[in-house]
Amino acid sequence: MKSFDYVRAASLDQAVAAAAEPGSVYLAAGTNLLDLMKAGAARPDRLVDITHLPELDRIEHLSDGSVRIGALVRNSTLAYDRDFAGAYPAVAEALLSGASAQLRNAATVGGNLMQRTRCAYFYDPASACNKRMPGSGCDARAGENRLHAVLGWSEACIATHPSDFCVPLVALDAVVEVTGRSGKREIALEAFYRLPGEAPDRENELEPGDLITAVRLPAEARSFAAHARYLKLRERTSYAFAIVSAAAALRLEDGAIRQARLALGGVAAKPWRTRAAEAILIGAKPRAEIFQKAAHAALAEAKPSGDNRFKIDLARKILVRALAEAASGTPSRVPALPGSPFSSVPGALHDA
Amino acid sequence: MNLSISLTVNGQQRVIELDDPRTTLLDLLRERLDLTGTKKGCDRGQCGACTILADGKRINSCLALALSYDGADLVTIEGVANGDTLHPVQAAFIAHDGFQCGFCTPGQIMSAIGLIAEGQAGDDPERIREGLSGNLCRCGAYNGIVEAVLEAQAHSTGAKTRDAA
Ligand SMILES: Cc1cc2nc3c(=O)[nH]c(=O)nc-3n(C[C@H](O)[C@H](O)[C@H](O)COP(=O)(O)OP(=O)(O)OC[C@H]3O[C@@H](n4cnc5c(N)ncnc54)[C@H](O)[C@@H]3O)c2cc1C
Ligand code: SF4
Ligand code: FES
Ligand code: FES
Repeated sequence: MKSFDYVRAASLDQAVAAAAEPGSVYLAAGTNLLDLMKAGAARPDRLVDITHLPELDRIEHLSDGSVRIGALVRNSTLAYDRDFAGAYPAVAEALLSGASAQLRNAATVGGNLMQRTRCAYFYDPASACNKRMPGSGCDARAGENRLHAVLGWSEACIATHPSDFCVPLVALDAVVEVTGRSGKREIALEAFYRLPGEAPDRENELEPGDLITAVRLPAEARSFAAHARYLKLRERTSYAFAIVSAAAALRLEDGAIRQARLALGGVAAKPWRTRAAEAILIGAKPRAEIFQKAAHAALAEAKPSGDNRFKIDLARKILVRALAEAASGTPSRVPALPGSPFSSVPGALHDA
Repeated sequence: MNLSISLTVNGQQRVIELDDPRTTLLDLLRERLDLTGTKKGCDRGQCGACTILADGKRINSCLALALSYDGADLVTIEGVANGDTLHPVQAAFIAHDGFQCGFCTPGQIMSAIGLIAEGQAGDDPERIREGLSGNLCRCGAYNGIVEAVLEAQAHSTGAKTRDAA
């Protein structure tokens, strides 16, 4: 690991000023950053430690029905917060399906949003990678690419975004609060991530120094609590990144779907919201045929970027399954194997 | 730059001068404090051998920058027994033949202590397995480990452990 300077930020202003200097990066729990530094894939000159900043570790249920999650809230704290998990069950399930208990106890909300792709060539400094080193090429294109993107990819980069947490968040219209050199601003999570295009190294809308201070879910996000699931397919049933995943949230009235929120994970460089599929569901009865139709619409533009045609089919299937499970009702408790379609969930329904 | 940090390690207050900002908690424990019970397996957050409790929560010490944990209360495998009296989880591991190799066992025990303190698994073996999945290797001992956690859990109503409340 290359050596670096260490700055412990005592205030937001100090953090932003320090991180705006070239070569600086924020350090939260370090579970992704230190990993990348040990691999030699990240070589920052300076770490700006934000973990001692005050007031960023709160979950606030606001009077307008929205929830504001501080950037330093730990993934496990959020998932086990009773009020939070009750109101946003698919988000809790996604959090608990990610990484291991040890990692979730450390990992922060902001760090989860900002974690880098798990593309093996990105991790390996000896490989060509346009994301790690712009202009060097992409060894994944002709390499091991079973797990790479099927939507929104470009010739320059076919990597996927690895976060589970972000998938239900984008389905539920989450907003990211940012403080930077020119003050505060808000960005919809859906617009926060960029597709690779010609510049895969520019992954999001943050400018140098920009600090994520919180993530907010609007009041409406609660209205899906009774019919929401996150399902994740992986090479073993726990402690592995998603091959593909899906968040499905429905609002049912008189036996018909009034509102639908769908997003896919593991398919693109960002959590993939699929509005065309949502539109198909509205007004329909929750039935297998309509779920199939929605899943086809969700993947209509998909194309393999390598040996990964199977992911398109798998993504359709996990979406259909997530929709069926969401329609039948949110389990009263997160399943023993969160996110796993193989985990049996005892029948008790949220709105039984 | 002041690279001095203060930590509570197994109940003892320590002030430590760091000569290198790259030091992880794992390296600090093993190489500076001679607490070699915590093991370095993958060094990349994937195996769980380096599991310790920080402020009562189990974490991977290999991905934790020591400077960042200034002020933390750490418990390692050396700190769980009370003199000659084993921690209930240690005793249950022996009773149920839950020992793996010497490399993986300390992390597995720390993880089990953390799991019980978290109070999320109840008496559901499937939840215990999932809760311990951050400790990747379990060779032949796994059924014994799950039984050991079930037993230790039953003994620790309220999920209190000596060091992690
Ligand atoms: C073995 C392993 C398995 C994993 N499995 C999964 C999985 O299945 N699913 C999943 O979703 N994740 C998984 N993860 C990833 C894990 O969730 C992330 O490492 C973690 O969420 C990152 O959070 P952190 O606080 O440690 O961030 P750090 O590592 O400290 O930071 C990560 C990045 O975010 C930036 N950053 C951090 N906070 C902010 C902020 N507030 N504002 C701006 N930038 C910021 C940092 O500069 C850095 O670039 C796994 C990790 C490991 C090591
Ligand atoms: S897919 Fe993207 S991240 Fe992976 S090697 Fe190619 S450019 Fe790099
Ligand atoms: S040594 Fe830390 S998880 Fe493997
Ligand atoms: S290598 Fe240690 S238990 Fe398998």
